[in-house]
Amino acid sequence: MTQPPLITPDVLIIGGGPAGLTAAAELAGRGAGHVLVADREQDAGGIPRHSDHTGYGLRDLRRVMTGPAYARHLVRRATEAGADIRTRTMVTGWADEHTAEVTSPEGRYHVRARATVLATGARERPRTARRVPGDRPHGVYTTGQLQNLVHLHHQPVGKRAVIVGGELVSWSAAVTLREAGCTPALMVSQYPKAESYGAFTLAGRTVLGVPVATRTRVTRVIGKGRCQAVEIEHLDTGLRRRVACDTVVFTGDWIPDHELARSAGITLDEGTLGPLTDTALRTSRPGVFAAGNLLHPVDTADVAALDGRHVAGRVLAHLDGADRPAPGVRLIADAPFRWVAPQILRPSDPAPARGRLLLWTDEFARFPKVTIRQDGRTVARRTLSWPAAPGRVFRIPSTLLAGVSPTGGPVHIGLG
Amino acid sequence: MTATPHRPHDGVFDVAVIGGGIVGAAIARELSGHDVSVALLEARDDVGDGTSKANTAILHTGFDAKPGTLESRLVARGYHLLSAYAEETGIPVEHTGAVLVAWNDEELAALPALKEKAEANGYAHCRIVGADEVYGVLPHLGEGALGGLTVPDESIICTWTTNLALATDAQRRGTTVLLRHAVTGVDTGDGVGADTADGYGGGGDGVTTLHTSAGDVRARWVVNAAGLGADHLDRLFGHDRFTVTPRRGELFVFDKLTRPLVDKIVLPVPTSRGKGVLISPTIYGNVMLGPTAEDLTDRTDTGTSEDGFDFLLTKGERLMPRLLAEEVTASYAGLRAAIDHPDYLIEADPAQRYLLVGGIRSTGLTAGIAIAEHVRTLLEEAGLKLRPRGDVPEPPRMPNIGEAAPRPYEDAELIARDPAYGTVVCFCERVTEGEIRDACHAPLPARTPEGLRRRTRAMNGRCQGFYCGAAVAALSARHHPDDGCGSRPAPCGRPAQHKDNR
Ligand SMILES: Cc1cc2nc3c(=O)[nH]c(=O)nc-3n(C[C@H](O)[C@H](O)[C@H](O)COP(=O)(O)OP(=O)(O)OC[C@H]3O[C@@H](n4cnc5c(N)ncnc54)[C@H](O)[C@@H]3O)c2cc1C
Ligand SMILES: Cc1cc2nc3c(=O)[nH]c(=O)nc-3n(C[C@H](O)[C@H](O)[C@H](O)COP(=O)(O)OP(=O)(O)OC[C@H]3O[C@@H](n4cnc5c(N)ncnc54)[C@H](O)[C@@H]3O)c2cc1C
Repeated sequence: MTQPPLITPDVLIIGGGPAGLTAAAELAGRGAGHVLVADREQDAGGIPRHSDHTGYGLRDLRRVMTGPAYARHLVRRATEAGADIRTRTMVTGWADEHTAEVTSPEGRYHVRARATVLATGARERPRTARRVPGDRPHGVYTTGQLQNLVHLHHQPVGKRAVIVGGELVSWSAAVTLREAGCTPALMVSQYPKAESYGAFTLAGRTVLGVPVATRTRVTRVIGKGRCQAVEIEHLDTGLRRRVACDTVVFTGDWIPDHELARSAGITLDEGTLGPLTDTALRTSRPGVFAAGNLLHPVDTADVAALDGRHVAGRVLAHLDGADRPAPGVRLIADAPFRWVAPQILRPSDPAPARGRLLLWTDEFARFPKVTIRQDGRTVARRTLSWPAAPGRVFRIPSTLLAGVSPTGGPVHIGLG
Repeated sequence: MTATPHRPHDGVFDVAVIGGGIVGAAIARELSGHDVSVALLEARDDVGDGTSKANTAILHTGFDAKPGTLESRLVARGYHLLSAYAEETGIPVEHTGAVLVAWNDEELAALPALKEKAEANGYAHCRIVGADEVYGVLPHLGEGALGGLTVPDESIICTWTTNLALATDAQRRGTTVLLRHAVTGVDTGDGVGADTADGYGGGGDGVTTLHTSAGDVRARWVVNAAGLGADHLDRLFGHDRFTVTPRRGELFVFDKLTRPLVDKIVLPVPTSRGKGVLISPTIYGNVMLGPTAEDLTDRTDTGTSEDGFDFLLTKGERLMPRLLAEEVTASYAGLRAAIDHPDYLIEADPAQRYLLVGGIRSTGLTAGIAIAEHVRTLLEEAGLKLRPRGDVPEPPRMPNIGEAAPRPYEDAELIARDPAYGTVVCFCERVTEGEIRDACHAPLPARTPEGLRRRTRAMNGRCQGFYCGAAVAALSARHHPDDGCGSRPAPCGRPAQHKDNR
């Protein structure tokens, strides 16, 4: 095989979801030069393309729109700013540290940019990754696949569904099932109460009419050919029963799409499994940045988009040769927190996007008392007025870090 | 294809082979290299949808077989035949080699005998090595290995492509492939068990009628290669010589990101129950852990179980703890056709013009082509006249779905010629629109999502359809608007002739 052709834009953005497109609009608009967005789908826009319900755009655009309308808006804005968006264009690996390998119908080529932004998003763990045994019937989906089927391809799903997971996205699955004429018969969650926004939960229970089985897990999928039932177990009593259904949707339980980051040899955070980043969204490799749900699986689209806006400043500084990161300190999430993003605080860097640190909790706390400790010293302690709830991102103001010593040891973030 | 001499005469095939697994497909291919008409009958809607699709996909040297058995001989020969056939047809193979690891003194003490056994099986390249060397080639192996035996020629292969290549080849040579033809009754012409002196069966017309779910099929000779169903079929011929026990093997397939952890097949010291739990790279660039071995009664129970998972995770924790920290991409179970007989059970019944291939439990992928050769010899001895053809078509060139050789998405020239190979549809496995299109239009086309998975790997990756499931379904529906990746008429539909002679 001959050597593929090489193109050399100023910036390569991998992933044209809310994070990548917003970064592209910002960079192209602020004179970054040739900004190339590679997205592997037919159309750019990321997950909102097939998330056909309202609730997008609040924090970044200050208005609320449906997912597809939001996706189109972001594409238009980036295009108008001068970004070069290439769809059906997949980055498949790396030819060397700064050269991406690309496959598209236009050909196979290499891209060596002066700066790269990873914005590849996150996916839901499918049934197999959750190690749920049983048969392998048709009718077992993730929310992503379900919404693709229903909204982009107008395919039928079954008549009666069990939804696994009690995250924000689980309710989105319920809405989609209803629209497709499939009754969400039961939502199964391991947590003591169904997570996600209280209002939505109420709406879920009353408007959507979905019964929720808490402290419950799925132990088996049953059915040859088409799904017939799932077996569920109550975590406290150990009691098991079968629930008849022809459709099962495994929702939430996110994992970043970190393959490219890993194959590039970029350091990952053990908590998020996304690239380890500082508040300026630099990764461990100079010239490579990251944004969006790749870093925090998962927050809402507007937060991903605002990452994209945030990263642009540092990418521009890098292009100007003016980016010299100072040594920083590590941020560490203590239980019940599973992870914090970003994970590195450097003295001369900007505050994180929106002035917030993002965390994921395994326990519910109505009035969480957040404690910041460094080298055995309590740096800050504050009781927040919003809950920390499993199944969605918990945000804390980065001003809590004001007293951190830039030359000290790791900074622990915990409760109580 | 110009295989006219191999059409059934008066609607009667010379040979009907029952079972479209690796063994049946290999037999059909072998026989249709001769001047006979052959039908390959498969109960399901695709070839290779039984045990041949769900195994550990190792091309065995046969080093650990029982010396002197038919199995030992056919596995050793099958290894060479299949290696050569893979090269001709493009079946993906990687010669990774294996290390059999001893974890306690008893196992360590067993290594010399295993080496001798390998030599008795005609395999002379095993070496006993110390723990240092084991960890040298398997740095991520769990703690506590005491030593090992190397098997440098043990290899990994694509079992799906193997089955498809053999069946496609058979079809090119003139075999009529009859899918959705489950054999439910047998009529040997003049009463079951008829025996006459001429070796051509009962005094009647010497024709056996197979009653199937899609009508009758008539043939002079019948080969039973029905895998898990071989004993039932054997009883339809009036025999009572063995019983199949489905022995389930469950497996985990780990994320491709684990592939750098292990470069060789890691074998345990075998026991009387089977080959034990291994860790192996897969030909698709993943790592697998398994299989379990559990006797069942239900021959269709290819589901996975909590106990199986727990067992594998416990084993895996010992074998390679790093592996378990990674994501599981897939889990599945296969059923070995274990029988109450210590060797392959391959016997011809000249009076009935019938041959049984039974008990091909855990080595049939490797041995398939050698089994087919052996079957051909037995059939000739039983009286079937087989004249080699001078006009045997070239074997098919199969699409490469292995990870070691370049795939279409990486091939700049191919994409330049046909941009469909530049449109990646299944991102995790990097399957392109061109490959999906080709699979739907292949001589033995993909008819179901599972059939498409086996031909292209589409949807087999870490997202299991999160991104691509809907797009893949839409694409295959476009190529086969009737029933998804639905059936196409000729060449493998139902030929008109056997309606005429019912
Ligand atoms: C069912 C569901 C409902 C939701 N509802 C809401 C809601 O109501 N409101 C809200 O604010 N948020 C919602 N979200 C969350 C929101 O969709 C995400 O936060 C947002 O899409 C994240 O943006 P992103 O840019 O980080 O990633 P993504 O949107 O996932 O985009 C990543 C992009 O990268 C591309 N890509 C990945 N790898 C490669 C590669 N190798 N080469 C080329 N391209 C690549 C992908 O094709 C994709 O287009 C919902 C999510 C789901 C799943
Ligand atoms: C867990 C496991 C691991 C294994 N690992 C390996 C390995 O690493 N290497 C190796 O070489 N081998 C391995 N094997 C063994 C190998 O998979 C089998 O020996 C081989 O696939 C058997 O092929 P077959 O054609 O005999 O059976 P099958 O593939 O089961 O084919 C039989 C076919 O007959 C059809 N059939 C049945 N009854 C009827 C009927 N009445 N009418 C019409 N059609 C019928 C079935 O539908 C089926 O398609 C393994 C097996 C298992 C289960």
